[in-house]
Amino acid sequence: MIVIGPLTAAQIMLLVDRYLGGHFFDTQAGGSAVIWMHFFWIFGHPEVYVLIIPGFAIASEVIPVFSRKPIFGYSVMVAATLTIGFLSLGVWAHHMFTVGMTSYANAFFTASTMAIGVPTGIKIFNWLGTMWGGKISFTVPMRFCVAFLFQFLIAGLTGIMLSASPFDWQLGNSYFVVAHFHYVLIGGLIFTIFAGSYYWYPKVTGRMWNDALGRAHFWLFLIGFHLTFDFMHIPGVLGMPRRIYTYEAGRGWELWNLIISVGVLFQAAGILCWATNFVWSYFRGPAAGNDPWDAWTLEWSTTSPPPEYNFGAAPVVASRRPLWDMKHPEDPDWKYE
Amino acid sequence: MSAMPSVALRHQELPLSREWRGPVGMWCLIAAESAIFSIFVVAYLYYAGKSLGGPTPDVLRVPIFDSLCLFSSSLTILLAEHAIERGELDRFKRWLLLTITLGVVFIAGTAREWVRLIFIEGLTVSTNLFGTTFYSLVGLHAFHVLVGLTGLSIIMALTLRGFVRREHAKRIGVFAMYWHFVDVIWAVVLPVVYVIGR
Repeated sequence: MIVIGPLTAAQIMLLVDRYLGGHFFDTQAGGSAVIWMHFFWIFGHPEVYVLIIPGFAIASEVIPVFSRKPIFGYSVMVAATLTIGFLSLGVWAHHMFTVGMTSYANAFFTASTMAIGVPTGIKIFNWLGTMWGGKISFTVPMRFCVAFLFQFLIAGLTGIMLSASPFDWQLGNSYFVVAHFHYVLIGGLIFTIFAGSYYWYPKVTGRMWNDALGRAHFWLFLIGFHLTFDFMHIPGVLGMPRRIYTYEAGRGWELWNLIISVGVLFQAAGILCWATNFVWSYFRGPAAGNDPWDAWTLEWSTTSPPPEYNFGAAPVVASRRPLWDMKHPEDPDWKYE
Repeated sequence: MSAMPSVALRHQELPLSREWRGPVGMWCLIAAESAIFSIFVVAYLYYAGKSLGGPTPDVLRVPIFDSLCLFSSSLTILLAEHAIERGELDRFKRWLLLTITLGVVFIAGTAREWVRLIFIEGLTVSTNLFGTTFYSLVGLHAFHVLVGLTGLSIIMALTLRGFVRREHAKRIGVFAMYWHFVDVIWAVVLPVVYVIGR
């Protein structure tokens, strides 16, 4: 709501400029192109948190079920999410360190951006705390979540590196930045989306996917991801700019780009396994049953796939794990929450 | 395949959530719209005095009468709300009509101002930065007044055809929130454009 509005406003201004001859971003008439950058990133940066938060949610569903423990520090987890949402509104100009802002602005946006690391760290520790001492079963969705934890940590660490404005002057607009945000969006978001797709596929279709193909997908994609995006940091540090389609030979970037390209083949093979698995299993997969994971949330209490009316009778929800309460009436969660 | 056991429960309507659905939706709209207006206000203030040529904001005259009309329309819509809550349809119609009239007076004032600025002062969107930011910010607000007037006219038409009754008071209250919001925005735009911007 608050995030999309500035983009709408900036687009209206752009339309006024283009079609009505306005001068908002027209430097010839005293307008400023930099203010477009500000308005765009006031939208753009919170937007990436909007993207990753569903990924956080999937991890928070999958990790407890396959660790056989309720999520660790639920209320802190919620507070951390809200804090990320709030802080995200005040970090936009870290995309603009290389534009040349005042040192006060640089210092402010460096500090606010680093502050994002605190609630994000809390979430990572909470997921680790959930797994700590749990009876972990490494099913395919859980594997994707564990990889997500590891990769999201690295993505966050390069984020903290880039948030220091002097460091960003060196690496802004380089492949290091490209590697950083692909680590977040592929290593973070896409991995959790894969986790969620495996986790809920049996509920959505009523059939179980093929485990061997699932594992092949995980390993191929994991290897491909790390080949591509780990090695992408190096040409960035060596000075390779982003948004170029070719470069002169002999700059020392060739080997790294070759490795990056080879990684893509692995990733494509992994995605092919995923697609094949889901199409094949839709027709030939074994029946999954209502609750293949022995999970605790309400969607697993109804049939797979769920009927159009979802629940025959309105279920009673007294805790965060209502299905646990139904399965264990002698030891329900609501006694402790 | 049978469903997991679930305790049968009387189908409950949650009165709280039903009651708050409208206001919460309207608050969301107001939050989003506030973000849009903030960006336009920031752009206006950022570009104030940065135009390369005239006309300057000196050509503006503070629209005191029109503003008073718009601000008092918040009061009249409040009185209209009170009337419909008590089921007094005739009084509701009268206050609603007065609200619409005040809104029309305001928008007519904006139209007169724009005609003067365009044809006498020679200020258009493309003249300079002042023109661009002025017409965008004031125009965005005027557009919201027009949307509000359209909504109020629809309510009026439905009332005249006998479709609006006492039980619709809550919904009319939700629409009144939008009208108050349009007023509050003017309370920001007025000082920004006609006082600080000069």
